[in-house]
Formats: sequence, structure tokens, C-alpha cells
Amino acid sequence: MKIHEFQAKEILRRFGVPTLEGGVARTPDDAVAISRRLGGSVWVVKAQVHAGGRGLGRLVGEVDESVLTRAVAGEPGLPGKGGVRICKSAEEVHAAAQALLNATLVTKQTGRSGSVIRQVYVEAGCRIAREIYLAILLDRATSRVLVMASSEGGTEIEEVAVHSPEKIHKEWADPLTGLGGWQARRLGFRLGLGGKSNGSFVKLVTALYRTYLECDCSMLEINPLIVTEEGEVLPLDAKMTFDENGLFRHPDIEAMRDMAEEDPSEIEAGKYNLSYVKLDGNIGCLVNGAGLAMATMDIIKFYGEEPANFLDVGGGADQTKVTAAFKIITRDPAVKGILINIFGGIMKCDVIAEGVIAAVKEVGLGVPLVVRLEGTNVQLGKKILAESGLAVIPADSMSDAAEKIVAAVRGV
Amino acid sequence: MAILVDSKTRVLCQGITGAAGAFHCKQMLAYGTRLVAGVTPGKGGTFFEDKVPVFDTVADAVRETGANASVIFVPPPFAADAIMEAADAGVKLVVPITEGVPVRDMVVAWRYLQGRDVRMIGPNCPGIITPGQCKIGIMPGHIHTPGRIGVLSRSGTLTYEAVHQLSVLGYGQSTAIGIGGDPIIGTRHIDALKLFNEDPDTDAVIFIGEIGGTAEEEACAWAKQHMKKPLVGFIAGATAPPGRRMGHAGAIIAGGQGTAEAKYAAMVDAGVHIVRSPAEMGRKMAEVLGR
Repeated sequence: MKIHEFQAKEILRRFGVPTLEGGVARTPDDAVAISRRLGGSVWVVKAQVHAGGRGLGRLVGEVDESVLTRAVAGEPGLPGKGGVRICKSAEEVHAAAQALLNATLVTKQTGRSGSVIRQVYVEAGCRIAREIYLAILLDRATSRVLVMASSEGGTEIEEVAVHSPEKIHKEWADPLTGLGGWQARRLGFRLGLGGKSNGSFVKLVTALYRTYLECDCSMLEINPLIVTEEGEVLPLDAKMTFDENGLFRHPDIEAMRDMAEEDPSEIEAGKYNLSYVKLDGNIGCLVNGAGLAMATMDIIKFYGEEPANFLDVGGGADQTKVTAAFKIITRDPAVKGILINIFGGIMKCDVIAEGVIAAVKEVGLGVPLVVRLEGTNVQLGKKILAESGLAVIPADSMSDAAEKIVAAVRGV
Repeated sequence: MAILVDSKTRVLCQGITGAAGAFHCKQMLAYGTRLVAGVTPGKGGTFFEDKVPVFDTVADAVRETGANASVIFVPPPFAADAIMEAADAGVKLVVPITEGVPVRDMVVAWRYLQGRDVRMIGPNCPGIITPGQCKIGIMPGHIHTPGRIGVLSRSGTLTYEAVHQLSVLGYGQSTAIGIGGDPIIGTRHIDALKLFNEDPDTDAVIFIGEIGGTAEEEACAWAKQHMKKPLVGFIAGATAPPGRRMGHAGAIIAGGQGTAEAKYAAMVDAGVHIVRSPAEMGRKMAEVLGR
């Protein structure tokens, strides 16, 4: 689960991480009021969307289509203004908020369709001496939490990893002792942070590590982490994602979920404990098991078409789940055909067949449907489908199923 | 004797009285698995299905029954604790089936297992089966046939698919192992390949990977140098977009890492006989074995 920057900073403050003062606005007048409350002479108005790359992104309608295409590619130095705007007067704050609010921001991470900006974060400006990259995440190779930092703040870490890997410094935390003070200190010195800055850096990294653990984060990325001209170390941006499996411990964080940022079909799927991801193709898939669901997407592509979704109904799918899954798939207007691929183990094929029939009867069937059943009670399952009187195209294997659905959507 | 489990393996189940635990324990008993004990705190002294003794602690169960493997069905918030309890009691093989264990808990549990004489398969896995001898997990026993091909995959149903393709073509399996879809798992592809490589009863292995992480690449680098037996490989998720989690907690392409193409390239480099269609795993194996 993802949250917005302003929410991440709210959590960080709870753990004693120093942050710049700021506030959330949903109207230009609110934005101005916040800037007055903050005082000072420089403010930053930042679009709050879940996608990254906001600064380099561009607004639909503010620049022409060719610039938007380049924004999707993540190109720097484009004409026009981005999703993060520096303002030096109340008028500029008003204008920035006016432009950003309810506009669609296109970034490398949103794709051309972009994300609608529903709120902006107005933050006090500061004088930046240095920018650093810092992230805390799970290192799958060692099964430990990794703190990773680079002197190349502000740029994407993937770029740094390719072009100057020697600039990335890493410290692995032992789960039994936590991140050592010596590790945070060493990381600071490797980044060239000595003196007073090293002390603030150690304090900050220690607090970030605690936040990561105690909130069940899967990623805590600060890009950039800044050193001010006064030598203070502060997170300028904050991106937090959470381990869905740990959220049961954090109802307060769960409450920060912004449904407007998520795909409605994926929200609906979540209610039924279905694992669904919307894709760009035209063949809807309904499968049991994540591995087989990915393999089913792959075989559709192998036979020349694109999958419209990933959908795993899980091990204990019953009629309710199959019907819900069927509804979600058929709601997607891009779907021109559906492939159901079930390997019945504990879940019996005859039960699935009954579920499919009930779903088709309830939802209706406007596109070709190929069903491949295998495993426990497969003969009975096939018989039930054949005798249902529904226009279901039976298949005997994964390849047979993929060939049949591809042919059907092509009208062959 | 295939790998890790056989007719002599003495299995206990943690969470035997829960709905999932009870259901699958009945299936395991029906398959012929030597299920010697169950553990449910507070239900010690009772019997499961009138014959399997239930204990309050894993230590009690091991002492009284000599159990040397544990299958875990306890709910996600308590799964890591159950894994550590089994390891502490001296169980040699721990198989947590539970899906949804928080990563934070697994980081600690995995660290706890280091330096102890115990192997973990999973979590979030279907388990392990040596056909005709021992089934530890949730896979349908009847699709398997005893034989000489090893099957290795993260997921359940995709493993069943491979097993089914082999069985239809007349190839039985030495052992089929589903290692789990989470980012932290006890037995990785490389570990399973090493075991199959040393097993005199395995002739060849179907090696199924999926997007996310670099465990397949790590296994391929090892296989290139050391694997003595033919491998047939498939990677699930070639059509998955970056940054999206495909069902399994670990199945995500992040930071440019974990793509199907990178994994296929590693497989080709290691001499693995790859298939791009998941329907071809069995046929490719038959072709490789020249029969």
C-alpha cells in the first residue's frame, strides 16, 4: 500500500524525524493561508499523487502532446512547469495551487493517462547545500533490511546503479540487534558528512530505521535527503510503501489509504480477496494460483494476443468469488474474450464448473468464453459445462485453451 | 530416496485443529504420510481423528513421537513464532504453508534459523511431495506418480501443471517441491537444485521460476558450474508490467530487477532447456531425455 508524501511526513514526525513545516490544501485559498501561517519568503507547492517523478512531470493542458510524451519517458529539462513549484509570493502560491489542483499530472510512473491532483502540499522553503539519496528496503538476497544511500540525491537510484555504482553505499541491519550506531555513522562519513552533519544524519537514519520496522514498511525512500546551508539534515521528499501482510497491525496507516489513487476494479477485487491487476490487453483471465495466473497471461501472449488482467481467485474459490471475479473481468470494456484456467486440486472441477455457470447466468456473456479445467473431478466438471447449454468453449490443455480464445477474439 | 522426505519421514502439524490444518491433515493421512503428532496450544492430550495425538508444544510432540518434520497451518500473525518454536524443538524440516506472513516477522525468524540444523520450505508454499511415500502440504496427491523427474517451482498450481504434463507423458516424479511465493523463503531454487543434483533417484528437473528478485539468476550461476542433470526451465510473468505485484508478495519487477527476460537469459547461459510456453514443459522434458 502506498501513501502520499504529506502522510509519510506525518508518520515520520511521530518517530522524531525532523521535517520542514507544511500543510495540505485542496483549494488555492487554503494554500495561501498555509503559506501565511508558515511565514518566510519561499514556499514549495507540491502535487500529492502516489506516483514518483513529480518534479519532472508535466500537466495535461499546460504543455502540448509531444512534451507529455517526453515527460512519460522521464526526460529532464522539458519546457513548462512540473508538479513541484517554487513560489516567492502569496500570488505565486495561489497561481501554483490553482494550476495543479484538479489537473492531470503525467510522469514517468503514471504513464500517459496521468494522475489527477486532488491535493497539494505547501511546504516552507529552505536553502539546500547538498542532496543525498536514502532508502530502506528488504534485501531479498540476504533476507535482511538494507539501508542504502548515495551522494547522487535527486536522481533515480536505478540510473546511479548503472552509471556509478561506486557512489551507492549499503549497510545491512542484523535483525537481532537492529541497525548499529556505527553503521549509520559509517554511512554518513562515506557520504562525506562529517562534523555536526554526521550527528544529525545518524539521528535521522536511526529514526528512519525505527519507522521502517515499526510501521511494517516495504520501502522507505527519501529522495532527496537534504543538508541545509545550516548543516541540518532533512527529508525533502518521503515515499513510503507498506507490506500489505503487516497492515493488520496498523489500522491508523490503513486509514490513510487513498481510494481515489487506486483502480476501482482492484478495490472491488480486494473486497472478495481476489488478487487482480488491470493490464492493457483484450483477453480477460480467471485462474487459480498466482504462478499459473502469470503463466496463463504469458501463453496468451505466446499465441499472439495480450492479457487484459492478472486474476488469481486463490485456493479456496467458491461460487461467490468466481461470480465476483467474472463481474470484474466483464466490466472492462477492452475485454473481447475470457479464458478461465483452473487446475483443480483441493478445489474440485465440478464445483468450479457450477460456479462458472452461475456466474454466466447472473452476469451474462457478451464475449467468447473458453474454459480449461484440469485436476480433481475434471470429467464431471467438463460434463456439467457441456450440459449447461451455455456457449462455453471447452479446452483440453493450456495451449488448446490459448489457441481457442485467440482465434475467438480474432473472429477466426 | 528422492529429496528431503520419504516414507520414513515423521510429520507433525502445527495448527492441526484449525480448519485448514484439519482438512489437509486428513488428506495427508489418506495419502499415507506418517503424520505422528499435532500441536495446538491448549488442546494437548486430545486426539486428531481419534488416532493422532495432539500436544501443547512442539517440544512435547518431538519428545513423545520422534517427529522430524513439521507442517505449519497457523494464521499469519503467529506463523513466524511457530517456525521458531519448531526449530527450537529440533525439527529438521519446517514447512510453513501459511500465506500472508509479514516480512518483518520473517526477517527475524529467518535470522533465528541461522546456525541451527533445520531446513525451511516456504512460507506461502504448497509444500513438498515424494509421490507414493510422503505428502507434506496442500497439493492434490492423486495427480502425482512415482518416478525420476524432479519438479521445482514457487507456486502451487503451476507445479501441479508441470506434474500433470509429466504424468500424462508417462514420466513420474522423484520429488515435487513448491518453495513459496514470498520475498523471504527458506529453500531457494539453488538449494533445491543442489539437492536434486545429489539425489541418485532424480534424472532431470523441471525448474520453474517467476518474476521478482534474483533467486533464479543465482541458481543458474550455480547450475552452469555444477549441475550434472538436464534442466527444463520456464519463467512465469513475461507479460507482467514493472512495479505491479502479481499475486505473490515476491512477484514484482522493481528497480529494473527481476524481469523474466533477465531470468531466461541466465537460464540459457546455464544450458537450461527453456520453454516460452508453459504448456510445453512436459514435452520439452521428453525431448531432452530423448524418449
